[in-house]
Amino acid sequence: MSTDTHATPGATDAEADAAEGRVYNVAGGDWDELVTGDDDRGTNEQIVVNMGPQHPSTHGVLRLVLTLEGETVTDARASIGYLHTGIEKNMEYRTWTQGSTFITRADYLMPLHNEAAYCMAVERLLGIEDKLPERAKLIRVLLLELNRISSHLGGVGPFGMELGATTIFLHGLRMREYILDIFEAFTGLRMNHAFIRVGGVAQDIPPGGLEQVRDFLAKSKGWTRDLHKLIDANPVFTARTKGIAYLDLEGCMALSVTGPMLRATGLPWDLRKSQPYLDYETYDFDVPTVDTCDTYGRYVVRMAEVDESLKIVEQVVDRLAERSGIENDPWIIQDAKIGWPARLSLGPDGLGPSPEHIAHIMGQSMEALIHHFKLVTEGFRVPAGQAYVPIESPKGELGCHVVSDGGTRPYRAHLRDPSFHHMQAVSVLCEGGNLADVIPAIASIDPVIGGVDR
Amino acid sequence: MTTTTPGGDEPGLPARPDAAEAEAPVVRTGMFGAAGTPDTSGYGRLQVHRAPPLVSEPPYGGYFDAVAQSLNSALEADGGSGFSAAVERVVVDHGELTFYVRREHLLTVADKLLHDPALRFEIFTGVSGVHYPLETGRELSAVYHLLSITHNRRLRLEVRAPDADPHIPSVTPVYPAANWHERETWDFFGIVFDGHPALTRIEMPDDWLGHPQRKDYPLGGIPVEYRGTKVPPPDERRSYT
Repeated sequence: MSTDTHATPGATDAEADAAEGRVYNVAGGDWDELVTGDDDRGTNEQIVVNMGPQHPSTHGVLRLVLTLEGETVTDARASIGYLHTGIEKNMEYRTWTQGSTFITRADYLMPLHNEAAYCMAVERLLGIEDKLPERAKLIRVLLLELNRISSHLGGVGPFGMELGATTIFLHGLRMREYILDIFEAFTGLRMNHAFIRVGGVAQDIPPGGLEQVRDFLAKSKGWTRDLHKLIDANPVFTARTKGIAYLDLEGCMALSVTGPMLRATGLPWDLRKSQPYLDYETYDFDVPTVDTCDTYGRYVVRMAEVDESLKIVEQVVDRLAERSGIENDPWIIQDAKIGWPARLSLGPDGLGPSPEHIAHIMGQSMEALIHHFKLVTEGFRVPAGQAYVPIESPKGELGCHVVSDGGTRPYRAHLRDPSFHHMQAVSVLCEGGNLADVIPAIASIDPVIGGVDR
Repeated sequence: MTTTTPGGDEPGLPARPDAAEAEAPVVRTGMFGAAGTPDTSGYGRLQVHRAPPLVSEPPYGGYFDAVAQSLNSALEADGGSGFSAAVERVVVDHGELTFYVRREHLLTVADKLLHDPALRFEIFTGVSGVHYPLETGRELSAVYHLLSITHNRRLRLEVRAPDADPHIPSVTPVYPAANWHERETWDFFGIVFDGHPALTRIEMPDDWLGHPQRKDYPLGGIPVEYRGTKVPPPDERRSYT
């Protein structure tokens, strides 16, 4: 038997038992002692179980340290940091525009929300919040709401699999897959888009883009109905989720919890309604709530939010279709000192800089060439100061705190990620419950470790 | 590599907004700030000027005056210090209200902000550390963002501490949700939050040395230790001669 699992290297099992108390290791083989009661473990039934880093149920590289008395969890601690990639530090070494590329990788299930929070914070520092083109705002809302749906489906679908139901997983991911196809058509990538840029978005809607969204809207009604039929009254699902991981309004306030967890306590707090941004006050949608305070309620809130987001997507597609007649409708700020100059177009050899733009800067306008060169290499300067812009992400309040010293790159950029904040609630959700309920409890937070660790 | 040029301006640069800030007019030079490493950007001569500190005088506009007055009366009602003793300056910028709180008063201020019915900032949305190595005596900054659902208001608190004495009282007794945020700020900036129940590293490994998001900590180039052997930083692993 291996001896290097002991705190004292090289010690035999007997020596280790004498020094550290009874030691159990992964080799096992002590079942006979256990059933005959020969061992000296006495009445102390407390076991410390190390879950992870990886399993719980692979929302990312998370580790849980659970203390168990029999099947009951008496102490639950989340240990994070396994996916820390230094996104915030890296951003300080790149231009403001390049910041989008980094921050999109934080919570990879809601990349567009990360980009939007960051870009809106930089826009506040630049003082260009009211100069955003209408089309840019509409495209942002369209993508943000589609991203909200895909994030919720990425929460609900795998949640089914965590409880052992592969069908729910496949149904959830099938619908999400269509949204990723839309993202691919709009931004070129399925995730990590870096599409929302300071001053607007990187590109206009591709030809046929709106039809693709309409096609998705037509199909999505049936898909959400399928999911409801699969899950809502499913006896296994309800038995595993109803009354599990109870956190009422008082608990949410004490832990400053926001998002679907807060709305599952009955408080209709949604930043899109209470502190609107991107003209959300002009859209017709509801803030769904339930008052069960449990895992099942959070699932209900998420699915209802999918329906509300579909309503917003429908409205924004209509508005974009109305604007399709406008000539040269800009999608990025018309300020040559801030707006990204290059345009992409699809040529016979793939996507590249548009020939018109190259002809313009190389043959017609010296000024345009200088602006292009300065913006793309050095970037624009942002006046000194700090700004914090919160948005309602699928998981709760997502805020971006940016500090500028007046230079061409962020002095400091900090993402207040809702998953990071809500992982603090793991102890409250799990302690006193069964070991088996730990997984639904964590799934009801819907954490993504990319955002937790950044 | 260019170095910092204290003193005179080079011709052609925009005028400095405040001539009184002359003791170190250039905050930094160079594009990517990687001192001692090859600058491949070609923008090593970029200059960034120090911005003058902002101070706002009342009236602050909007609900900001109500917040300031309520905090003042709450602090005075306690028989303790008033607003001016606890808050060294107020800044209203970009439509956001910031109180620069003296660190010894932070816990009292946080308590009033949470419990006073006229304030009621229930939601603690995080601590963000910032390191200003050139602001001698107040290098470390902890920035707190608060949200009141009751009144639908937001507020930012900023607390400064010197590098030589990086202590700020923890607000976890008032806001339990500050726990992990303060651990993160300790981990990345080395700010010690006194009174925190378990101020340990959260993102970096437990035995990590240094606080990576400080400005004097380089990006990359850190040798990584694994069980008795040491992996050199990427730029030293091989050489092209």
